[in-house]
Amino acid sequence: MAEKLKLTRVPMDKQAPEIRRGNPDEVASGYTYEQAVEEAKRCIQCKKPGCVPNCPVNIDIPAFVEAVAEGDLPKAARIIYATNSLPAICGRVCPQETQCEERCALGKKGDPVAIGRLERFLADWARENPEESGIAKVSLAKATGKKVAVIGSGPAGLTCAADLAKAGHRVVMYEALHLPGGVTAYGIPEFRLPKSIVQAEVDYLVNVLGVELRLNQVIGRGATLDELLSDGYDALFLGIGAGAPMFLNIPGENLNMVYSANEFLVRLNLMKAYLFPEYDTPVKIGKKVAVVGAGNVAMDAARWALRLGAEKVYIVYRRTEAEMPARMEERENAKEEGVIFRLLTLPTAIIPDDHSSVKAMQCVEMELGEPDESGRRRPIVKPGSEFVLDVDMVIPSLGTRPNPIIARTTPDLETTRYGTVVADEITGKTRKDKVWAGGDIVTGAATVISAMGAARRAATDMDAWLRDRS
Amino acid sequence: MNEILVKKELATKIKSIEFLNHGIARKAKPGQFVVVQMGAKGERFPITIGGTNRDKGTVKLIFNEVGKSAQKLGALNEGEVIDNVAGPLGNATEIEKFGTVLCFGGGVMVGPMVYEATSFKEAGNRIIAVIGARNRELLILKNEMKALSEDFYVSTDDGSEGNKGLDFLRAVFEKEKVDRVIGMSVATVTLRTLSELTKPYGVKTIVSLTPIMLDGTGMCGCCRVSVGGETKFACSDGPEFDGHLVDWDLLESRKRVYSHEERLSALIDEDGRKDLSSSMCRR
Repeated sequence: MAEKLKLTRVPMDKQAPEIRRGNPDEVASGYTYEQAVEEAKRCIQCKKPGCVPNCPVNIDIPAFVEAVAEGDLPKAARIIYATNSLPAICGRVCPQETQCEERCALGKKGDPVAIGRLERFLADWARENPEESGIAKVSLAKATGKKVAVIGSGPAGLTCAADLAKAGHRVVMYEALHLPGGVTAYGIPEFRLPKSIVQAEVDYLVNVLGVELRLNQVIGRGATLDELLSDGYDALFLGIGAGAPMFLNIPGENLNMVYSANEFLVRLNLMKAYLFPEYDTPVKIGKKVAVVGAGNVAMDAARWALRLGAEKVYIVYRRTEAEMPARMEERENAKEEGVIFRLLTLPTAIIPDDHSSVKAMQCVEMELGEPDESGRRRPIVKPGSEFVLDVDMVIPSLGTRPNPIIARTTPDLETTRYGTVVADEITGKTRKDKVWAGGDIVTGAATVISAMGAARRAATDMDAWLRDRS
Repeated sequence: MNEILVKKELATKIKSIEFLNHGIARKAKPGQFVVVQMGAKGERFPITIGGTNRDKGTVKLIFNEVGKSAQKLGALNEGEVIDNVAGPLGNATEIEKFGTVLCFGGGVMVGPMVYEATSFKEAGNRIIAVIGARNRELLILKNEMKALSEDFYVSTDDGSEGNKGLDFLRAVFEKEKVDRVIGMSVATVTLRTLSELTKPYGVKTIVSLTPIMLDGTGMCGCCRVSVGGETKFACSDGPEFDGHLVDWDLLESRKRVYSHEERLSALIDEDGRKDLSSSMCRR
């Protein structure tokens, strides 16, 4: 334990901004062993740690950090894997500054312990050293003879499938696309989350835990939930996320060179359009690009645009930086790379050129009024502030809604007016017999870790329910 | 799964394949499509379903070997397997007893039109069948469409067989009451012409649109079309829409977005590709 408080965290090596905006590789290289141990030693081991209750899956953070500080990586890995089955992903994509690190005691006077970086370090070490870390040796419970379908192979599906497989149930995981991983495959870019990490998590599920993965299965269009149940599944878990893009609903939004962030990211992340024509899927890039929105997805799209060679990339957002939903690290990375933040700006129309493409974007300036129902100050239009932003590509990144396909073909699955599935907050049980749900399909677009937390709670409830029936 | 059992050439560069996929065969209905993806580097592309055999568990696709991906699919032989096929996707066509239904199939889409017209006939409709192509060599499934119909017409762009263009249809609409028109063609301009032609007669005209698609499941909005002033996703809200409400200019323009890239992709052989992509993202 540290004798004297060290208020500054150990920096993590990153590619320099001018280098990384020319390649798709991961920005941060992660802690070395020495850096991790040094950072871990900063933890003061609070008696009542604030970090643990602020973690959606309640990882025993002080315990794993202490094990890292002592150099006992296998022990640290055991602690973290006890509650988090996807730490390599969470260490990279969790908004730690509003979760575990927000409540770190050191944060009052200096930098909070870099919990996310330590988690990432440990997960990468465990993956590269499967024997020593023990993650390859899993004791699966005795087979229960029960069969479960997990629909969706994103963070929720992967977590639920892993827990149920460990509990001895036979698990079949259905994925609509031709590659597994859900948002970690199609949504989060290589430079933030290398696809090899996602693939390793899926391989672990299939090869070590014995989960059967069925790709290209669009449940709802192909088999319906009722058909799966009558085909012999004892229970279903819906982890299908919120994949349908929202648009601005302003004139000009269907012009060429207007891409939903989802389309732009699917082309790049899933289909590797940045390697066109070696890969078959193309993508266009403008010289001056406006990304509308300020979540992680918006940052991802803006940073991809830079990497494809755009000269100017704007984040256009109607509030201020304080209200931005994106992770702090991604906002900083984006700014370092040269993304220009056009705050308090609201697009009102996209102006066409002669070729049905984008000539410019009409905007108005905003100012902040009284707080709205989300607690954030409501942006209001500043009268007479219209102006034209010179751009030739627009990427609306306004969040996503649940895809309605399953709800449309499952009349007794209760949904809200937002299209999310109604499920018990603790257990994830839906109002439909034998069906549980968790992640973005229940909450609307949220985080990887909250989806994992919900999936884990659902898996616990499903396991208990399945055992009761035997 | 996805093993090709039957492969035929219907005309130059027009292939018909039947492959094994019980899940799709069991659920598919006329009007729906599949998304095909091949190899680690292949794109996802939609093909309208041309028929199924539920007992054998097979699905039929009729496609033009134009473009790199379709050529790859066309190069597969009987016994070989298509890497990825997702489906059925999109909504089934609305089939009921309307009375007289004019079924127009153009080019390769005569394939799925045979499938759709069969259902209309089974539902008790009187079928007027029209098949079209650029020229007589490219006409396919003539006998199949003829057998389904009471009246049968051929249209070619160059007049090398049957009627030249679609203008002759005016006489058909003058002569008799048609209750519904269904149009399928990859050529947007043909569907546009058809829709404009039927409009004065007030015949509800349903057209199967083929915008560019990516995932085909409602995730990306790449395939958005404007119908009656509302933005719709062809993959999840369509692919069939009321032809009198479609914004054709928008559709035609959006279909051309990648024409340069498509030519490039089809031209470059495997070796040339590596050189071109070595500079990574910068293009």
